[in-house]
Amino acid sequence: MPFIYNFPFFSIFICMISGIVTPLLKNGKWAYRLSLFASGAGFVLSGILLGRIGPNNESFSFMMGHFPAPWGNELSVGPLEAVLATTVCLVMLMALLGGSRDIFEDVLPEKQKLYFIMMDEILAALLALTYTNDIFTAYVFIEISTIAACAIVMAKDSSDTMVATMRYLIMSLLGSGLVLIGIVLLYCITGHLLFPNLQLRVLDLASTGQYTMPLTVVVGLIVMGLGIKSAMFPFHLWLPPAHGSATTASSSVLSGLVVKGYIILMIRLFYKVFTIEVIRELRVTNMIFLFGLAGMIIGSVGAIKEGHIKRMLAYSSVAQLGYVFMGIGLGTDIGIVAACFQILVHACTKPMLFSCASALSAGRHHNKKLHALRGAAYENKLAGVGFTVGALSMIGIPLFAGFAAKVLFASATMAQPVKMWMTLLTLALSTVLNALYYIPAVTVLWSRPEEGEAGEKVLVHPAFAVSTVVFITAVFFLGICYQPVVTLIQNGLALL
Amino acid sequence: MSKMAKIKKEKQTAWQRFCAWVNGDTADRPLMPADPPAPRKTKTDKNKKQKTVSSRKEGIELNRFGSIYRICAVLIGVAVVTVLMVTVLQLPLFGSPDNPAVNEVVERYVEKGLEETGAVNMVAGMILDYRAFDTFGESSVLFLAVTCVTMLLMRDKNNTSKDEDLLTAREHVIEGYEEDIILTKIARLLIPCALVYGIYVVLNGHISPGGGFSGGTIMGSALILFAVSFGMIRMSRFFTYATFKKVTSCALLVYAASKAYSFFTGANHLESHIPLGTPGAILSSGLILILDICVGIVVACTMYGFYALFTKGEL
Amino acid sequence: MEHLLINHYETAAVILFGIGFLNLLLQNNLVKKVIGFGIMDSAVYLFLASQGYIVGRLAPILVGEVANAADYINPIPAGLVLTGIVVSVSVTAFSLALIQRLYQKYKTVNFDEIVQLARQKGDE
Repeated sequence: MPFIYNFPFFSIFICMISGIVTPLLKNGKWAYRLSLFASGAGFVLSGILLGRIGPNNESFSFMMGHFPAPWGNELSVGPLEAVLATTVCLVMLMALLGGSRDIFEDVLPEKQKLYFIMMDEILAALLALTYTNDIFTAYVFIEISTIAACAIVMAKDSSDTMVATMRYLIMSLLGSGLVLIGIVLLYCITGHLLFPNLQLRVLDLASTGQYTMPLTVVVGLIVMGLGIKSAMFPFHLWLPPAHGSATTASSSVLSGLVVKGYIILMIRLFYKVFTIEVIRELRVTNMIFLFGLAGMIIGSVGAIKEGHIKRMLAYSSVAQLGYVFMGIGLGTDIGIVAACFQILVHACTKPMLFSCASALSAGRHHNKKLHALRGAAYENKLAGVGFTVGALSMIGIPLFAGFAAKVLFASATMAQPVKMWMTLLTLALSTVLNALYYIPAVTVLWSRPEEGEAGEKVLVHPAFAVSTVVFITAVFFLGICYQPVVTLIQNGLALL
Repeated sequence: MSKMAKIKKEKQTAWQRFCAWVNGDTADRPLMPADPPAPRKTKTDKNKKQKTVSSRKEGIELNRFGSIYRICAVLIGVAVVTVLMVTVLQLPLFGSPDNPAVNEVVERYVEKGLEETGAVNMVAGMILDYRAFDTFGESSVLFLAVTCVTMLLMRDKNNTSKDEDLLTAREHVIEGYEEDIILTKIARLLIPCALVYGIYVVLNGHISPGGGFSGGTIMGSALILFAVSFGMIRMSRFFTYATFKKVTSCALLVYAASKAYSFFTGANHLESHIPLGTPGAILSSGLILILDICVGIVVACTMYGFYALFTKGEL
Repeated sequence: MEHLLINHYETAAVILFGIGFLNLLLQNNLVKKVIGFGIMDSAVYLFLASQGYIVGRLAPILVGEVANAADYINPIPAGLVLTGIVVSVSVTAFSLALIQRLYQKYKTVNFDEIVQLARQKGDE
């Protein structure tokens, strides 16, 4: 076995061990450096792995221990997993850099170390969710990311965040309860926990028609549970307060990565356990499709009504997650490719928007009301440019990443006439709605401040500058040369 | 007639009282006895006039949202239960040996378990060797939970007022010169027994029922008993936040290192060079014993940590 | 019906799951919400544990020298339940700590009241 195959395992363990070591460090600064190191190492390792298996189009499974598939835990890695893992690590690194100043301001000094433990463990959990080949391991890491995600929301320790955390926690508990009972039922009718064996048994059951009803229930429960955790439309109410009130790095990581982790797991389960044909037959995709469409509209409407810039961005996340669910709901390979691409786009754009928004409000005494931010872009030009780029990408202007995603969604629907009209109409409507709240926000930021409104000039923090520049590059990269990325995702999906 | 009505009335009140008792909020015994007079009331009184209109409107909105939410929740709950009930109807029969769950995996765990892991207790062999990655995740969950609780409840300027500090200082003084004789005598008797029993359960995890989690909880209860009966000051002579951090982190590090070693050798098809020993002996089954000890230490510290943080907000 | 009686553990588990689920959703009192969550999780563990049992077989701890798969019950559910219990202990501790903090701040454990108070504070 080539040594490079160990890299997924190394990246997960580096993150977990950094989390474990962190309490022994001297102070929050060192914990911060260790977290940067862990996510940087994860990025380098996954990048190398991607460089190797992406062009060769290979996939492999990695035994966690001395025992192969039905007996021991396993990881499974292919191009899709490698792309996702690389992005996750990169976004984590940049979110930490971009939000570093706010972390040290918002979190009490003696608790900063603990905050970085949570960040490390979230990264480990996300990597494990992308790589795992075992459904019960997936459950354990879902719980890890739930606890850590709630912890990074409440780290700011204001009254808003406490209430938001409570709401988030309750919904997450509900979601994990449903996922757990789904997994138990699945074990009960198949007797396996590893993906490949589960898939064999599920195909067996689907062809003989045995246990059809329990299988449907299992799929329903797991989709509902993961849907609650990733803010699928009717269950999205917890997201705006949680993502809107947390400290910057937390908001970035939550919006950009954590909710995506569950969706990635859902896609992998659809392909590696239930197989997309069975899922289509059970008509689960139609439900997801409708929820996705509704989420796109409701999220945007919520964002239009919101005057608080971070909560507005959080509502926009609900809308963007709606796109992802719509893509999954199409139930075709190209639909899911588009959904994966949208995951990448949103993971690169939303963290930038969050960190720019809070950098802009830094000169205005952290007042995050939109009307208080008039002309703030002149005080921190880089943040203003970053926010503008992110907003244009979210609206879907050509050359920006969001446009590529929308084109992919539109072309993915061509095969299904009924869904095509619904998708195209909703896409158009949601683009208009997106423009309705992003354009005014950008205009406010770049209009000349009135007398007495101007805040002091803000020094651009170097870490923030690095992260914004990287994110802007990523947005343009995904928007202009998206073809290789899409091919990579397509190949990866075919290998799942 | 009137008598019956009276009885009825009494019955009703008894029933109501029973309901109230079930709900846990009887009038004479408030839910939280330490309730200080709620300061918020005065506050709302002050701003009542300006607020009434908006708050009434808000209240109606909240109520409407609440009732819709309630109806939806009941519907969803009933639907979930009905669907699950129908599912149970179609599930394989309870206790039958032909269940789909009884397959080649179980066969290998049972028949080869001793040979491959060295553990007589197949569950221990399964969770700490065959499916060890899950269990590592699980220990991390525990570590995360205690970290979260520390984040929330460890005293800092956000969650403690001056009065509370004074109160704690007074409690420390009282602890200093007053000792509850019954408590301490019995604790002296019980703590060593509990500790030894906990250690026994941990060390025998691979031979008999037990293991790191159960043994660790027992040891944790011994620590808690010590803290209850002798006070936090005497506890802090040998167990402070610094020791807590060091002990848990080191135990988890040993866990992670040994698991990383076994994963690495396993995946790369290398010899693991860890002797499995004679089955049934304490010093057997390779890494499982070490892992059990590490888990035991982590769990014991975590349990005590929960107790100390919840009651005092410090370790 | 007979099926439900034979699978009585599963049936009971489903009913308990429903009770826990509704408590988690409907209770206003946060402590009761957490209790509801506890009931829900325990129901899942009951369900899972009942999957492992096979009539007339021994607990999965080896007796004697040779292990025959036909003599022992299924050890997997036991391991999964163990993992699950630890997870739910952790989550319970976390939520109770959060509730304690909320109680310190608002002097109530009623979630609706807490939400309203927090909103008032936000307005001021």
